[in-house]
Amino acid sequence: MAQPLVKKDDDRDEEADYSPFLGIEKGAVLQEARVFNDPQLDARRCSQVITKLLYLLNQGETFTKVEATEVFFAVTKLFQSRDIGLRRMVYLMIKELSPSADEVIIVTSSLMKDMNSRTDMYRANAIRVLCRITDGTLLTQIERYLKQAIVDKNPVVASAALVSGIHLLQTTPEIVKRWSNEVQEAVQSRAALVQFHALALLHQIRQNDRLAVSKLVTSLTKGTVRSPLAQCLLIRYTSQVIRETGVNSQTGDRPFYDYLESCLRHKAEMVIFEAAKAITELSNVTTRELTPAITVLQLFLSSSKPVLRFAAVRTLNKVAMTHPMAVTNCNIDMESLISDQNRSIATLAITTLLKTGNESSVDRLMKQITNFMSDIADEFKIVVVEAIRSLCLKFPLKYRSLMNFLSNILREEGGFEYKKAIVDSIVILIRDIPDAKESGLLHLCEFIEDCEFTYLSTQILHFLGNEGPKTSDPSKYIRYIYNRVILENATVRASAVSTLAKFGALVDSLKPRIFILLRRCLFDNDDEVRDRATLYLNCLDDGSVTETDKDVKEFLFGSLDIPLTNIETSLKNYAQDPTEEPFDINSVTKEVKSQPLVEKKAPGKKPTGLGAPPPAPTSASDAYERLLSSIPEFANFGKLFKSSAPVELTEAETEYAVNVVKHIFDRHVVFQYNCTNTIPEQLLENVTVIVDASEAEEFSEVGVKPLKSLPYDTPAQTFVAFEKPEGVPAAGKFSNTLRFSVKEVDTSTGEAEDDGVEDEYQLEDFEVVAADYILKVGVSNFRNAWESMDPDTERIDEYGLGPRESLVEAVNAVISLLGMQPCEGTEAVPTNSRSHTCLLSGVYIGNVKVLVRLSFGIDGSKEVAMKLAVRSDDVNVSEAVHEIVASG
Amino acid sequence: MATFLSHETCPTIKNILMLDSEGKRVAVKYYSDDWPTNTAKLAFEKSVFTKTQKTNARTEAEITMLESNIIVYKFVQDLHFFVTGGDDENELILATVLQGFFDAVTLLLRNNVDQREALENLDLILLCLDEIVDGGIILETDGSIIAGKVATHSMDDGAPLSEQTISQALATAREHLTRSLLK
Repeated sequence: MAQPLVKKDDDRDEEADYSPFLGIEKGAVLQEARVFNDPQLDARRCSQVITKLLYLLNQGETFTKVEATEVFFAVTKLFQSRDIGLRRMVYLMIKELSPSADEVIIVTSSLMKDMNSRTDMYRANAIRVLCRITDGTLLTQIERYLKQAIVDKNPVVASAALVSGIHLLQTTPEIVKRWSNEVQEAVQSRAALVQFHALALLHQIRQNDRLAVSKLVTSLTKGTVRSPLAQCLLIRYTSQVIRETGVNSQTGDRPFYDYLESCLRHKAEMVIFEAAKAITELSNVTTRELTPAITVLQLFLSSSKPVLRFAAVRTLNKVAMTHPMAVTNCNIDMESLISDQNRSIATLAITTLLKTGNESSVDRLMKQITNFMSDIADEFKIVVVEAIRSLCLKFPLKYRSLMNFLSNILREEGGFEYKKAIVDSIVILIRDIPDAKESGLLHLCEFIEDCEFTYLSTQILHFLGNEGPKTSDPSKYIRYIYNRVILENATVRASAVSTLAKFGALVDSLKPRIFILLRRCLFDNDDEVRDRATLYLNCLDDGSVTETDKDVKEFLFGSLDIPLTNIETSLKNYAQDPTEEPFDINSVTKEVKSQPLVEKKAPGKKPTGLGAPPPAPTSASDAYERLLSSIPEFANFGKLFKSSAPVELTEAETEYAVNVVKHIFDRHVVFQYNCTNTIPEQLLENVTVIVDASEAEEFSEVGVKPLKSLPYDTPAQTFVAFEKPEGVPAAGKFSNTLRFSVKEVDTSTGEAEDDGVEDEYQLEDFEVVAADYILKVGVSNFRNAWESMDPDTERIDEYGLGPRESLVEAVNAVISLLGMQPCEGTEAVPTNSRSHTCLLSGVYIGNVKVLVRLSFGIDGSKEVAMKLAVRSDDVNVSEAVHEIVASG
Repeated sequence: MATFLSHETCPTIKNILMLDSEGKRVAVKYYSDDWPTNTAKLAFEKSVFTKTQKTNARTEAEITMLESNIIVYKFVQDLHFFVTGGDDENELILATVLQGFFDAVTLLLRNNVDQREALENLDLILLCLDEIVDGGIILETDGSIIAGKVATHSMDDGAPLSEQTISQALATAREHLTRSLLK
């Protein structure tokens, strides 16, 4: 490792302590700034004072408003001096002080004079300062000079004007856009940096005009762009154009690809790399297109410059995620990077290798990594652990060496995040690779023997309780678990008790011994531990409690199918408003809420004919349920099954805003129209919605709840109820017309006229679809839930979904068609994948649990095929789900 | 300080730092709003310094990532130079800026690149920062041009380079630079 070259002798130390700014103080320097006011200016001294002021600002010191103003005015005096160096410091100082608008006026004339000076340096700097501190009004005055400056023959002046233009475009785009002709001319400049700045500005002026950008790219890619920086810009713009145009469908060629490829042979490394990166980031890039880019990146891997190696390995790492085969050629170079001095490079190299490695190289790789792990920081280790996890899932046969590796690093020192990453990985491997189960569980058991993190211990104990009893020899885990009861803190002890109980429930041969252990826990000094032990002893003891064996298992292993947030709100409501009745967990809604309350409640509710308006609701469906049950006409409809999200029936910003919420009951549907009157001069009365259900044959209207009055900006509801066949997901289309009588309102007094005029207002149509009959209810472990369902209820079929834009689009379409809850993040489709499996769960009307497994595949011509497997508590429901898909 | 503008496609520099061997500021310039307060800036400088402290960045510029930023850096004597960009930035562009800054400082300090010399010529260092990047946009990357722009302004007698004429100063400096490069 390198030794710092700083000499450590005393002599040097003394010197290092010395600083020209030692003991500097703001007050004193501000005093010193008075020299700026001297009639005979000492330029050198003034420069020094400014440097001190800048030093203070640079160290993070701040000036009060008064101090800043004072300094600013003093500094403006220095424009009298003809000393160039001092002038430069004045410019810097003005920029740092960022004066207010009324102060800017003071220096404007001086700066404008400098802008027209014969000294190039003055011109360039004055432009930058003025543009930095100016506002729009002043800009029109100096616009003429700026346009001239853009085409100035001095490159520094031109660059200063162009860069200022880039900044000003954000604040006053209309002015800067008038400069395009001059900017265009500057793009042709012979000076490298001017070309770069001009290109950046020109692109930003035109960025919203696709055609113009495309033209710009077309003309420049043919010509010669000299500056490497400008070339990099052009590459970025080119990729943007490629993204927007897509592949030529006839020839399969990508426009401008040749240009990118030619940039790989540019003499500047910066440009080569930019082009290589651009190629790897093309959407749906082919192997043929990738190859030349990979080749240059491979060369960079053996560069002597760390920056180059880093850039190359980072890009290859990204490529390896989508095209691992394309990167395998670089594996040898990559392996030598494992010992790179720069640990970022080494980590990137390792994780790339883990992605591209084949089955035979795994063992060798693991050996190299073991040495490597000891000398990198936790943050890098986590990256490596995650890479190893995915490698193991890719090559399940290699689980032995990978699992060993994970257990070894689990034993070493490390922080919580790192350990958690390892434990999570082992858990995932156990779940997905059956063979790895026994050894993995033992590794975890050993880990909790000496684990300082309560969270991890409890997680592992919980997992052990679910998986341990199903192994060939469950008894060997008991020792580890009972040790926790003896040695650990209360939280861990409590979860150890639960784990013991799970073993007792599933393994009959262990039951008597578990009982002995649990009885000992009755003397624990913690309430929770004792309570749990008592509870479990009673549950498991066959004779004493009437519960059946199945109930016990359900109680111990069943997952809570109610979202925790819902139960939390319900409990809070219950606690706020306690009643005699005990809290009933079945009253908690099971629907996952994706958005908070959408329905707007009017402040200061007017009498709306609803009897008692409900109190402010805490969750939308709670509110709906109370609202509906308070209406006598709907009270006998039974329990509300589902309420949809509001569907807008009017365009935004129309006279009346109306949306509808569909409430589904077993034998009825109720449409709740939320209406808002947005015209202050009107009062609407007797508002109803006339629903035409001619395209919804199974529905028949049974009741209407009109809205007596709808004043300005006070949302209120009117309802229409329909009857439908029981338990059937009847679908149909409904056309709506808002009917009301309108009264003019005098806005000054707020009084309405006496006579109303009947009027109608056409609303948009909406549909009741199958998804309205399925509740989004997630499950925590899909696999367990799936396996616990009767396989006889499974219905499988395949469907062709026709050509689709992408797999993502197809997956989303089916999810929204079914209206079910995606599980385990399977709704996210990795880009470029050709197939995808999506897991959904929900509750069908009639409280029937439904699980769906969707497998998608897409072929070259974008034809999507789908295999749909459904399991549910009721075979008819499985078939109904198929019907939904077949008819959708 | 000017507000930082996000230029989607234009290479952007978030900050340039020059710290001493204990991680204290010599001169810093932030072009981005990612670190709105002085405390945030100091915290960033501290973590950058600690993260890079033990690496060898004396012969070649080194590189690392921190908080979704790419940082290229180079050390000489008791001075640590850093240039920060977003994690999508072309690493080589950042390295070019760092090299430009480094070369310019070497020229301006006449090859005596250490903390003391830098503080004594802080005006030159600040002007140098001003000439490299403007509001995040790269102005110039060639060290000798940057130094040239800064040095023209030091004609004032008594200023640190006063004993020599500008052309002399630059010539010696260039010579030093070539020598150090050939080493």
